[in-house]
Amino acid sequence: MEFSLFLQYLFAGITYGIIYAIVAIGFNIIYNTTGIINFAQGEFLMLGGMISISLLQVMPLPLAIAAAVAITMVVGALIQMVFIRWIENPSVLRMVIITIGISILIREAALHIWGESVRTLPYFIGSSVTAVTLFGTRISPQVLIVIGTCSIMVLFLSIFFRYTSLGREMRACAANRRAATLCGINVKNMVTFSFMLSAGIGALAGAVMSPITYSQYDNGTGLAIKGFTVAILGGLGNSLAAVAAGLFLGIIEAFSITILPLAFQDAVAIAILLLILFIRPHGLFGSSEAARLKEF
Amino acid sequence: MGLRRRYLPLAGLLAAVIGVQLAASATNSTFYLTQLTMAAYYCLVIIGLCLLMGYAGQISLGHAGFFAIGGYLSAALTSHNFTAVSDTLLMRTLDRAGLLLHHQSLYGDSLLSLQPWLAFFIAIGVAVLIAFVLGIPVLKLKGHYLAMATLGFGIIIYRIVLAAEFFGEADGISEVPPFQLMPGLAVSGDFSARVQNYYIAWALLLFGLLLLLNLINSRMGRALRAIHGSEEAAEAIGINTARAKLYTFVISAAFAAVAGSLLTHFNGGIGPSEASVMKSVRYVAIVAVGGMANLWGAMAMGIILNFMSLRGMFGSYDDAVFGGVLLLIMLFAPQGILSLRLKNILWAKRPMTGK
Repeated sequence: MEFSLFLQYLFAGITYGIIYAIVAIGFNIIYNTTGIINFAQGEFLMLGGMISISLLQVMPLPLAIAAAVAITMVVGALIQMVFIRWIENPSVLRMVIITIGISILIREAALHIWGESVRTLPYFIGSSVTAVTLFGTRISPQVLIVIGTCSIMVLFLSIFFRYTSLGREMRACAANRRAATLCGINVKNMVTFSFMLSAGIGALAGAVMSPITYSQYDNGTGLAIKGFTVAILGGLGNSLAAVAAGLFLGIIEAFSITILPLAFQDAVAIAILLLILFIRPHGLFGSSEAARLKEF
Repeated sequence: MGLRRRYLPLAGLLAAVIGVQLAASATNSTFYLTQLTMAAYYCLVIIGLCLLMGYAGQISLGHAGFFAIGGYLSAALTSHNFTAVSDTLLMRTLDRAGLLLHHQSLYGDSLLSLQPWLAFFIAIGVAVLIAFVLGIPVLKLKGHYLAMATLGFGIIIYRIVLAAEFFGEADGISEVPPFQLMPGLAVSGDFSARVQNYYIAWALLLFGLLLLLNLINSRMGRALRAIHGSEEAAEAIGINTARAKLYTFVISAAFAAVAGSLLTHFNGGIGPSEASVMKSVRYVAIVAVGGMANLWGAMAMGIILNFMSLRGMFGSYDDAVFGGVLLLIMLFAPQGILSLRLKNILWAKRPMTGK
């Protein structure tokens, strides 16, 4: 394989990989505070892309994206308050089915608002043929924007969770709910906030990736299952490992095109998911002892 | 549960099935029977899934995959032309055993395809085998992991039928021939065979229901309920939990594959939407509405909701209705819609009685 072609695949892999990592981190944020896997996580990305495309008609691009992120965060908060906040001690099966129901409703609402057509945001810089030369290969600046935005988000989140009091309170809920309550932390508000945060980063990723990957009412499910694969690969709840796992999956997927038909690209990721679940359910980087203590 | 209590509702259902057919024929509205036939096949998937979810407590978000394996294999094997490979040893052996069909296309070319019975057994066999191989590792998982793993399986099947030329890609497979069960009895979509097919489907559903009712009241059924209550406790009293879960998974997959195969012959075709995630979710929704561990509830809801959906009563909100129903039931009545109604009608709570 030519070196420049190799780089092309590599950058495609990194782009998708970091998007998967953002979805996985979205899963992790909610999982950490609630023990729930939010099956509607992929829908946040779809909403981010779709809303910013619609808003672009009445306002400039940066404002449209900011507004889309804000709206999606409100949607995330509403979902948690309407469907989840008031349920006491739900079983895992019940929560799985509830979040699946939510994802279907969001998707169907999107279908009736935006129709089946594939939409896209314009390229932020130049057009689809604009390219910068990097290591002797031509890369669209949008790819760099996606990678940059997602990296900044990851950095921001790790600072947020480590150094701000709000981030610390959320981590306290993850570590021990009852102890957090005893320390005067309002656990229910923290959960609502985790849904907002998770919806916000999803929406931002959904908007910046839209020029490359396009937005359609039903592309949330695929993203959710990839993101889940990455979250599991990294060990549920471990966000930095999720970035590594995301890049790993994205790059494998990108190179799988060289040996498999494009139509089977999704099947590759899912086959990896199944393999990991069978062999190391606690993830490549997770510890099996920690996994045993978690409630699934 | 006494034997009479177990079989009396079945006899009642049989009477209702016959009554509906007589009423439809008398009022010249046999077109309703077509949707009732299709609903009965879907119900077969649903009662199988009910056994898995309600009694063994294991969720599957991939049952449309097993339905599609049954349907697509039956369709492909009975409608593709195998003339090109007719010289191979396998095909010659099958031919000699009378398991191949020779016929001619519209243009006079000779066509060679498998007997529907052979295709049926291959399809069910493959589904059972896949369920077995998949079930061993998958059923060790719990909760979210199990849900995602079965969802992943469903998506892989969907991708395969969508991408493989053998399965007709996005168009699916059409012009699937009728399934001659025995002389004078065929699963086909002919208008003249409407009543006949209605009875075939319902006889199969009643038979399936009878099997499952016997199963849940057997040693196996009690073992499953113990597993649902607490897997550790079930293990401790000597139940081989892994084996019980696996058998249940395989049985429910076989039910789905049988329904897929026969419904495909009835419809004369199958498309990729039958393998979609939304279909799997729909089956789960119906089992949930019926009350999880309630075969009769799952069956009643399966017939009602599928019939309404097939009649097009939900319009373009079809998927939204199932999503919404699923959400509402899980939020407000996790024990199923029948639990709500009973409470309201009977006013006072009755003391709990053992079944």
